Amino acid sequence: MSQLPIYGMMAEFDTPQRLMDAAHHTSAAGYRKIDAYSPFPIEGLAEAIGFESNAVPLVVLIAGIVGGVTGYVMQYWMAVVSYPLNISGKPYHSWPSFIIVTFEMVILFAGVAAVLGMLALNGLPMPYHPVFNVPRFAFASKDRFFLIVFASDPKYDASSTRNFLETLDPRAVMEVPS
Amino acid sequence: MAQRIEEERSGRKQAPVIEPGHTFGSVTDQISSIVLNRPTSTGWFIGFGFFFMLTMMLLYALGYLFLKGTGIWGVNIPVGWGFAIVNFVWWIGIGHAGTLISAILLLLRQSWRNSINRFAEAMTLFAVASAGIFPLIHTGRPWLAYWLFPYPNTMRVWPQFRSPLVWDVFAVSTYFTISLLFWFIGLIPDLATLRDRSENRLAKIIYGILAMGWRGSARHWHRYETSYLLLAGLATPLVLSVHTVVSFDFAVSIVPGWHTTIFPPYFVAGAIYSGFAMVLMLAIPIRKIYNLEDFITERHLENSAKVMLATGLIVAYGYVMEAFLGWYGGSKYDAFLLWNRLHGPYAFFYIMLWVCNIIVPQVLWIRKIRTTPAALFLISGVVLVGMWLERFIIVVVSLQRDFLTSSFGMYYPTRWDWMTYIGTIGMFLAAMFLFVRILPMISIFEMRTLLPEAEVKE
Repeated sequence: MSQLPIYGMMAEFDTPQRLMDAAHHTSAAGYRKIDAYSPFPIEGLAEAIGFESNAVPLVVLIAGIVGGVTGYVMQYWMAVVSYPLNISGKPYHSWPSFIIVTFEMVILFAGVAAVLGMLALNGLPMPYHPVFNVPRFAFASKDRFFLIVFASDPKYDASSTRNFLETLDPRAVMEVPS
Repeated sequence: MAQRIEEERSGRKQAPVIEPGHTFGSVTDQISSIVLNRPTSTGWFIGFGFFFMLTMMLLYALGYLFLKGTGIWGVNIPVGWGFAIVNFVWWIGIGHAGTLISAILLLLRQSWRNSINRFAEAMTLFAVASAGIFPLIHTGRPWLAYWLFPYPNTMRVWPQFRSPLVWDVFAVSTYFTISLLFWFIGLIPDLATLRDRSENRLAKIIYGILAMGWRGSARHWHRYETSYLLLAGLATPLVLSVHTVVSFDFAVSIVPGWHTTIFPPYFVAGAIYSGFAMVLMLAIPIRKIYNLEDFITERHLENSAKVMLATGLIVAYGYVMEAFLGWYGGSKYDAFLLWNRLHGPYAFFYIMLWVCNIIVPQVLWIRKIRTTPAALFLISGVVLVGMWLERFIIVVVSLQRDFLTSSFGMYYPTRWDWMTYIGTIGMFLAAMFLFVRILPMISIFEMRTLLPEAEVKE
């Protein structure tokens, strides 16, 4: 991706409702590469900016299955193949005893994957991001709501996008240097 | 919404989850300023210093233990499981309330959990860390504790997976890992808030690194919520399994008083019981000292008291059943165990166990008591003592006189046992002091979602 001098155009809003409405209007106006920032999760906002593919559940499911299989196979191999021991006459493959460790391994793998998968899909940790170049963006973690149209959007044009965002009743519209 | 339905059903007004009049900004300011702006008080230094000294005492006791071996403890034959196991079970149980609040109440959509989940999770972590010390030092040669894990070794042996003690290693280490992840993932958005609001450059850098560049993008929030919900779904069966596995350490053996099928549910209920007692013992002073009555309201105290009452009754059922089966079961060893609990050398502690865990907490039926912080604090203390006695009775009285009269014995804890136990309480509280000083003890972003302005129509 070529380095654009301008990362996008950002509008600041007072309330979550205004941000939500603005996100819908911006989508409807044909902008595709947009994002919204809020200090807490807002239901439906991700859909409003056109986000659909959430791969986290799939990652967790796969990791859980891998964990379970690993746990059981590990115990089977250790207790039956590698180091068989007669413990009070129980069969080597005493599967009921293996359930608990298998279960714990499912939880461990799935839980770790839920966190690492979420972070990886979100592209975190990310030491630098252009949105932080806007000083007022510090309020995105407090009580302000932001909408950005990225400069990579085909419909992006510095003046027309700014004019469009001004119609959404923002507190301010700012250009984001990259 | 849920609150309104509940109010209509019960016909009386409940205290709100968050006092009216707050905005996104005021919630953020009030909670983050405890960490960022409020000067560290003398009281904090005195409290932290005292508990840090107890932590040093713990290190001293452990150092001497490593030098001399477990002979410095009161354990003997027949009572091979003394304070170490009693304290392990007690601490692990306390940890359970944190996971219950953060995971199970999240899945049940109990929004009141949002203001107490953060420090309850921290409590879980520190309690599990305190618990983890005991089985480790109980092995006798703690420097070889890694033998508990399956790792390829030159001896070409593997752990014995039919033993509940190995299950315990997996259960407790998974529990600690998942609790840590759950706590940390919940902290990320708040760390971003602290990063954006702190004026101290060093603090900004440290919070910034920990926040990992969180910027609150709608896409990120979406994945974040999915991940958080899935973790809650995973932690729920996990927390139930952990104390079940702990109870298997006892139930799978054949010792009278241990070999019983009622142990798993009764252990889990007891764990949540003692955990909520610890939550109240921490929440009541914290909300007072840091003026957080707006966020940790009477409603939280009352609900926690109700959970204690309910789990306490399950525990009572467990006690009654144990006694009943001792009498009715027809095993003379079980019958003798019951007699020994009631009339043996530790009878006083058995009676106190009933008083602390069953009789005293019945006052929680009275609404006035459930909403009086000082009374709740005292009752919680009584319950914590009672739950410790429960584990003492289970571990010591069962082993002390089992099958053969010739191998009857007594158990007396030594000063090293006490120093280790009190030392872990010191470590736990010192860690809590550090936690409330450097991290937001209430989840700021979840408090924002509780405000009426946060409601959005599509």
